Amino acid sequence: MRSLRFLLEKEFRQIFRNPAILRMIFIMPVIQLIILPQVADYEIRNVKMDVIDHDHSMYSREMIRKITSSGCFELAGYHDSYTAALHDVEHDRTDLILEIPAGFERTLVRENEAPLFIAVNAINGMRANLGAAYLNSIIRDYNQEVRAEWIRFPRFDEQPRIEVQQRNWYNLHLNYKLFMVPGILVILLTMVGAFLAALNIVKEKEIGTIEQINVTPIRKHHFILGKLIPFWIMGLLVLSLGLLVARLIYGIVPVGNIGLIYLFAAIFLLAVLGLGLLISTISHTQQQAMLIAFFLMMIFILMGGLYTSIESMPRWAQVVTWFNPVTYFIDVVRMVVLKGSGLKDIAGHLGIIFIFAVVLNAWAVFSYRKRT
Amino acid sequence: MKNPEKHYEYAITADALSKHFGDFTAVDRITFNVRRGEIFGFLGANGAGKTTAMRMLCGLSKPSSGEATVAGYDVAAQPEDIKRNIGYMSQKFSLYEDLTVTENIRFFAGIYGLSDAAIREKSASLLRHLQLEAEKNKLVQSLPLGWKQKLAFSIAIIHEPKIVFLDEPTGGVDPLTRREFWEMIYTSARQGTTIFVTTHYMDEAEYCHRVSIMVDGRIAALDTPAALKKHFGAASMNEVFLQLARQATRQAD
Amino acid sequence: MKEQFLAFVRKEWFHIWRDKKTLFILFGLPVVQIIIFGFALTNEIKNARIAVVDRSRDALSQQYIQRIEASRYFDIESMLGSANEADAEFRKGKIKLVVVIPENFGSDIRHQNKTQVQVIADVSDPNTGTTLGTYIQAITADFQSDINQGQKLPYTIQPEVRMLYNPQLKGAYNFVPGVMAMVLMLICTLMTSIAIVKEKETGTMEVLLVSPLKPVLVILAKSTPYLLLSAVNIVSILLLSVFVLGLPIAGNLALLIGLSLLFTITSLSFGMLISSITASQQTAMLISLMGLFLPTLMLSGFMFPIENMPLPLKVMSNLVPAKWYFFIVKAVMIKGVGMAIIWKETLILTVMTIVFLALSIRKYNIRLANH
Repeated sequence: MRSLRFLLEKEFRQIFRNPAILRMIFIMPVIQLIILPQVADYEIRNVKMDVIDHDHSMYSREMIRKITSSGCFELAGYHDSYTAALHDVEHDRTDLILEIPAGFERTLVRENEAPLFIAVNAINGMRANLGAAYLNSIIRDYNQEVRAEWIRFPRFDEQPRIEVQQRNWYNLHLNYKLFMVPGILVILLTMVGAFLAALNIVKEKEIGTIEQINVTPIRKHHFILGKLIPFWIMGLLVLSLGLLVARLIYGIVPVGNIGLIYLFAAIFLLAVLGLGLLISTISHTQQQAMLIAFFLMMIFILMGGLYTSIESMPRWAQVVTWFNPVTYFIDVVRMVVLKGSGLKDIAGHLGIIFIFAVVLNAWAVFSYRKRT
Repeated sequence: MKNPEKHYEYAITADALSKHFGDFTAVDRITFNVRRGEIFGFLGANGAGKTTAMRMLCGLSKPSSGEATVAGYDVAAQPEDIKRNIGYMSQKFSLYEDLTVTENIRFFAGIYGLSDAAIREKSASLLRHLQLEAEKNKLVQSLPLGWKQKLAFSIAIIHEPKIVFLDEPTGGVDPLTRREFWEMIYTSARQGTTIFVTTHYMDEAEYCHRVSIMVDGRIAALDTPAALKKHFGAASMNEVFLQLARQATRQAD
Repeated sequence: MKEQFLAFVRKEWFHIWRDKKTLFILFGLPVVQIIIFGFALTNEIKNARIAVVDRSRDALSQQYIQRIEASRYFDIESMLGSANEADAEFRKGKIKLVVVIPENFGSDIRHQNKTQVQVIADVSDPNTGTTLGTYIQAITADFQSDINQGQKLPYTIQPEVRMLYNPQLKGAYNFVPGVMAMVLMLICTLMTSIAIVKEKETGTMEVLLVSPLKPVLVILAKSTPYLLLSAVNIVSILLLSVFVLGLPIAGNLALLIGLSLLFTITSLSFGMLISSITASQQTAMLISLMGLFLPTLMLSGFMFPIENMPLPLKVMSNLVPAKWYFFIVKAVMIKGVGMAIIWKETLILTVMTIVFLALSIRKYNIRLANH
């Protein structure tokens, strides 16, 4: 145990002697946490629309006015031909083309039915789908008005209607930041922990000091603990800093018990650091360690459920996410911060992350070899 | 944690000790004994297998076959017991460059289990001996190479090991510092420490009590410098070495 | 000079070639990532787990529930006794939405022509929450018109929607170009920055800089092998995209590869810039990864629409090389357009590359002058 004290002393000294790293650990996450959540907004608004109006009728103009005044769509261009409008799509100057055929108004009134053409840039399928759905619903509403104008007195009973009334819980104002900030914080924390730990032991290998350590009677688990604890403390500091930013800048105050977040983070960090140290012990150069860490981080982050929902993934990919510690932490932070979930609600996740921590650290100790 | 004193006759014994890397035999059945308190020179051209042999004796590398003991402990089975009884200073510079002189002393003394009082006392006497008191709060990276090497040696023996392994300790150091370095080695040997040292410098070989010369992974000669010179009819150790090294078939790396 | 340069490139190549583990990761990483993300990432929301409270329990409500269950958007996880249980379920994170069917659902429809279904959505994730609400509305509207047995309404506007470029609305069409941009950017930047800083750390940089080779050439020689590696990666990524993920290459293949190489060079020169301002591998790596990862992911436009960003961030997104490359890949690969459309983006990447190179070479020259 005594040697652990000296290991810790040494690690802390080395960390604090390197201002570049310190800046990286503390300032970079804060800056990113301040900037990036502003970006995270999937809402369908400001969809750019080109209009080709071959009809130039009162109805067509009125419909266009309805669409542009909805707030979802903004008129990007007015064209005479579909080719010209398509050119705008190719330039990404517009997302959507609305083409009103000649005689639209006349056909609608005389033949009871008039077509309308909509073309959507569907490279981003989800956005295209929702955009088209919104446009459809605005047109439906307008259609209803037209109908009401012509059918003053309903000729038959109104048709049965089922209304859907939606109530939004936990985030009344549909504030995306409320949702993104905790998630981004988790990712930043994961990166800081994993990258630093992954680089640490392998750096001693590259410099050669590890030889000197290996020839001492130091215990393997003491050595790993000596590496783990400083980063663990720093991780918790970064978390606190992040929560402070969330509170001061975004006004996010966890609904649930903040102690739960710390409890979970404490174990989560052990898991992530264990993984980092494991990478470090199996790598020969910092370059290798970094590439492996980068590979895993990219999977952890993109498949952590922050950006895209896990339920929508194919089955095998969902199985992959079970082995992603980040998924559990993002889930827990959101549950506690936004919904006020309690210890009982997160107990399952807590158990799983505990297993991660034990397995990864045991593995790291095991694969750290004092001799070859 | 003090381990029980173990009785042993030789500080180091090696019996047909070998190490293979795939098809390549780095160390080929070497056999020798090193007496307690002896300064044992371990010579050989680059790539002759010195460092590999030394790493096996220090418990850093697992022998492929053969047996060896260090301080009475078996190299293959009890590497951690060996580590409590040896000091090691490697060819690659092995102190932390981003720690100060005192911090390095404190760290290594600490992980060898010295008490706080012992650490204080040791650091003070060490700094005094090396005349590093003025530099004690400087980062090691700012010291000249010679001082770093002397500091590294002092730290390698800070826990008063029975045997100390030095892997080309004086590489790149000026003649005066080398001289001082060897004085430190002698002082240490007089106090009963066994010294196992590899070197390139043949004049240093003359300082050793006994010398072994490795060629192509095997020990080609082993005796006192005087006996070796006589046997090969050479005026200096340098000539002895050259005669033996010419037999080598292995390429230096 | 040319021989020396080539000799140097060869030396760098040996460094990389010897380290089989790194080489394996370098080639394997993009392949695995394109496959995983190409299949797994979709911003479509389906199979969302929901709960239903059926206070009516009549034939019509049963039909309605079946209708919801049948849609690919929803999986009914549980039937709750009352809406009061919703909170507890949400807190456990088990479900995303609760549909509450009122009492007398069927008879209200039949006799009063009107009823109201209540939806409680967990909008802690606003995107999922509102989208799921929209889906329920669409399913309900369908259900309603089924009850009405398709009576045709007069004066109907019939919108006909065409989905351009990606009629099946596959997620891969958006994510593959995005992941390509990320992987190329990060790997190239990371590898060059490390390779150069490593020489600084071990002190061999000094040796190289005093060699007769100009510093510019030293640095170029260091990055050339990575350009070759990246070319292999670009080809393997494109092969996978087409043959495994079923993406088209609608435009000119040579143009696509050429511009991908340009983007690679942009990233390599950014790596050089990082290496010129850092002293240790650790710092270089942290800048390349910590500093680039999230900004590239979030500001390049492939995760979040740039038009929704606040103005300062919109401006900032222009500094992200991946944004321009993302546009180019979408344009050439999927839309099938040519240089006439993407000349501006190409020009921007070229200018960025020149700036990065000029800055890093200037930095090195200053370093030399100070010695």
